[in-house]
Amino acid sequence: MDLIWLIPILPLIGFLINGLLAKRFNFSEKLIGGVGVAAVFLAFLLSLVAFFNYSSWSKQPGNQAKPYISKTLTYTWIAGGKASIPINTVNTSNNTLEETSKNNIVDLSIRWAYQIDHLSALYALFVTFVGLLIHIFSIGYMHSQGGFARFFAYLNLFMFMMLTLVLGSNLLMTFVGWEGVGLCSYLLIGFYMTRKEAAEASKKAFIINRIGDLGFILAIIAIFSTFGTVEYQEIARLIETYPVETLGTFGVMSFISLGLFIGATGKSAQFPLYIWLPDAMAGPTPVSALIHAATMVTAGIYLLARMNFIFERSLTMMLIIAIIGVLTAFIAATIAITQKDIKKILAYSTISQLGFMFLSCGVGAFVAGVFHVLTHAFFKAQLFLGAGSVIHAMKDEQDITKMGGLKKYLPTTYKTMVISWLAICGIAPLAGFWSKDEILAKTFSSTIFHPVIGKFLWFLAFLTAGITAFYMTRLMALTFWSEQKFLGETASDGGETTDDSDKESKTEQHQGGGSFKIRAVTAGTINTESTSSKDPITSDRETNKSNAETEVIKEQRLKINLEPSVLVVNPKESPLLMTLPLVILAFFAATAGFIGLPIGYNWIENWLKPIASTDTHLFGTVDIILALVTMIWSGAMAYFAYHIYVKKPQIADDLAIKLKPFYQLSANKWYWDDLLDVKLASLINKFNNLLGEVDRFGLDAIPNGSALITRGVSILSGSMDRYGLDLLVNLIGWFTRVASVILRTFQTGFLNNYALVIIIGLVIIIVGLEYQAIQEFYVYLFPATPKITPTPTPGIK
Amino acid sequence: MINLLNHILLILLQSEAASSGVKERLLEGLFNVNINNFLVLSSLLFVIGIAGVLTRRNVIVIFMSIELILNAVNINLVAFSRYWFLQSEGKNAYMGEIFTIFVIVVAAAEAVVGLGIIIAYYRNKETVAVDEIDLMKW
Repeated sequence: MDLIWLIPILPLIGFLINGLLAKRFNFSEKLIGGVGVAAVFLAFLLSLVAFFNYSSWSKQPGNQAKPYISKTLTYTWIAGGKASIPINTVNTSNNTLEETSKNNIVDLSIRWAYQIDHLSALYALFVTFVGLLIHIFSIGYMHSQGGFARFFAYLNLFMFMMLTLVLGSNLLMTFVGWEGVGLCSYLLIGFYMTRKEAAEASKKAFIINRIGDLGFILAIIAIFSTFGTVEYQEIARLIETYPVETLGTFGVMSFISLGLFIGATGKSAQFPLYIWLPDAMAGPTPVSALIHAATMVTAGIYLLARMNFIFERSLTMMLIIAIIGVLTAFIAATIAITQKDIKKILAYSTISQLGFMFLSCGVGAFVAGVFHVLTHAFFKAQLFLGAGSVIHAMKDEQDITKMGGLKKYLPTTYKTMVISWLAICGIAPLAGFWSKDEILAKTFSSTIFHPVIGKFLWFLAFLTAGITAFYMTRLMALTFWSEQKFLGETASDGGETTDDSDKESKTEQHQGGGSFKIRAVTAGTINTESTSSKDPITSDRETNKSNAETEVIKEQRLKINLEPSVLVVNPKESPLLMTLPLVILAFFAATAGFIGLPIGYNWIENWLKPIASTDTHLFGTVDIILALVTMIWSGAMAYFAYHIYVKKPQIADDLAIKLKPFYQLSANKWYWDDLLDVKLASLINKFNNLLGEVDRFGLDAIPNGSALITRGVSILSGSMDRYGLDLLVNLIGWFTRVASVILRTFQTGFLNNYALVIIIGLVIIIVGLEYQAIQEFYVYLFPATPKITPTPTPGIK
Repeated sequence: MINLLNHILLILLQSEAASSGVKERLLEGLFNVNINNFLVLSSLLFVIGIAGVLTRRNVIVIFMSIELILNAVNINLVAFSRYWFLQSEGKNAYMGEIFTIFVIVVAAAEAVVGLGIIIAYYRNKETVAVDEIDLMKW
């Protein structure tokens, strides 16, 4: 039993192998799937062994109700120092806490240790079991899709985180697992990362979970400062001294409960934080089955059940939990009625069922809540995998209004889903009946609040049970029972009708484009010809028959063709790898309820007795009557849905028009998404803008002002530098440049020019030196003509 | 017009008979050779050489023009040598002639070097046109 530390580590090893090596060494799909499944399978075996070992160990004297803590892999995780924590004492006169002057010195170290107790054992067992089946299913479902190794690596990482959450011995380890599963959820919702809506859905899920995680971490801090430890065992021991806070008071326990509850609300998709779960359906279907139906979303219930001694000490919070739970159940169920996406219906159904579990915890029936987690894990995982099988067969079509008549195409899927459908509707003796009825009975007879409150909660839950039956029957009806709304490609199986409609579709494909009506008419006529000319040897009787059938089909086709976007697919039953998990899960969906029989030996209540106290309510006539009433109500709603969706489909449309306001409310998801997405987001944006303005004009003025002064000074000194000193340097450079431009024009490179300059120089020198001689020479050449000068007067001479 | 021709002849022939006509001047210039005639010839050769250097594109022709200039100088030297020989009654004999021989020798040497340069240049650039030889340009 000391090997329990291996339970979470094995999937981690699987994750490391698939995540690090698979891509580099090009593992085949078989090897990747084998590694992933083997890791979970070994973990499952170990859980099974640990479960039975712990069962016998805890029965030994001295071990009563104690968790077993693994010795291997236990170490001081966060080494803290000493701290003093005020010791509170209970004032017995008015039942309140009083702070004393004495302080308690505690050691703030937190250890990493895996523990197993009754709750952990149960959770680890069903998590690994459902996880194993879904891993096997995934091999078939994810076949030849991109990112096979990545998918299995994430799934294994998820298993590691989930098991850490479940098997951790203290709140902080649970928190690590809590964040880890949130991360894996984010990664797997956004698995098809090229799709925009998948990326947005993953972001939405992650961010909304943050809100819950804030509450959780505040609660951890509050627990730390109150008890000085986060070990479950220690808290359970120390809690004994604290009083129960009655309705209306809000003390320490209430604050801690509130934080934990907000955390659980985020992870388990309760009102008002449920909006991420329907969007999370953008991930692959096995992920929806494993994370968003069976395991991760029930972590909230795990937390509630684990910390039930704290919740039980705050009646205010218990009431809030119950109200939120039943509200969530009701709202989600009403939304599920009008949804068209098969996975979204199941998502809202999951939210609704989680609401039931919260209701159960809220009225103090933690065991019933865990019981419902268990049964729900089986039938909802089965439903999701069945939906995955349907989607797989329908070539990734998820709109149930385009399906119908799949009963004969997918026999195994159909049969197993019928079992789960009956289970979720609460029909005896399938699993869902026992757990849901337990919750309803516990709510009805709850005594921790005023009895009227219990009756009121019961009534809402009762209504919701009926609505559950209605929308699940609608899903089954539109998918499997109603008339076929798509066109098959080839006649693989089925009767004659299928055969003919398939021929139809072939003809239609030959026709190609064209408008709907024209195509419908011509297709009809051509079909008649083709069927008659198909085989000339056919006997008259057969020809007549086929002609008569053609008439019927022609009418049907006219009706179908008026609707745009009719699918053409050839649904085929999924391979054994996918149907086997369906069958196993369906088996457990049918039988898992017997562990919590209200009469005789109630195994689960006995098993969880050390974890959560159960009330002493005895099984009586009232419960039988309640169970019968609920079953009849659910059955009636189921029949009603069957009637209006299969027998007379026009009634459904009429009703939708008559009850238009309700229909709109449901189809628009109670406008809650719009409110959060549009109104709240814009409000926050406005507030942020305001803060931004304050920051910009108020706070930034100081640094901006000093920056402005610095800039002014630098401009001044810069200009002095530029226009004072640089001018001198620049002038010299400029002068040199201009002079060079002038001077270099002389350097023509032509010999003649140089020679010319030499000659000119020579001439100038000669003229300069011998000016006198030249003048004389000139006079010699051109002797001056005797000038007629006025004859000088003799007197002057 | 005739007047202008008179002046040119006067310059060319350096005849003293300024008053006589064209025919007379020609005859006098041809038969009474004096130093002025040599100087005129020398200066004409010099000017022709200068013009050749300045205007011709072919380096070889320029080279020949330089030879013309040198020869003009030579004529000058010889003429003045003879002139001074006659003036100084037998003294200073043959100084100009010897100098002339030196000039001729130097010119021959210069011709050797210059032609060598030209041939080398032609081998490289395949041209001897002086306006295409502008490597000294800035």
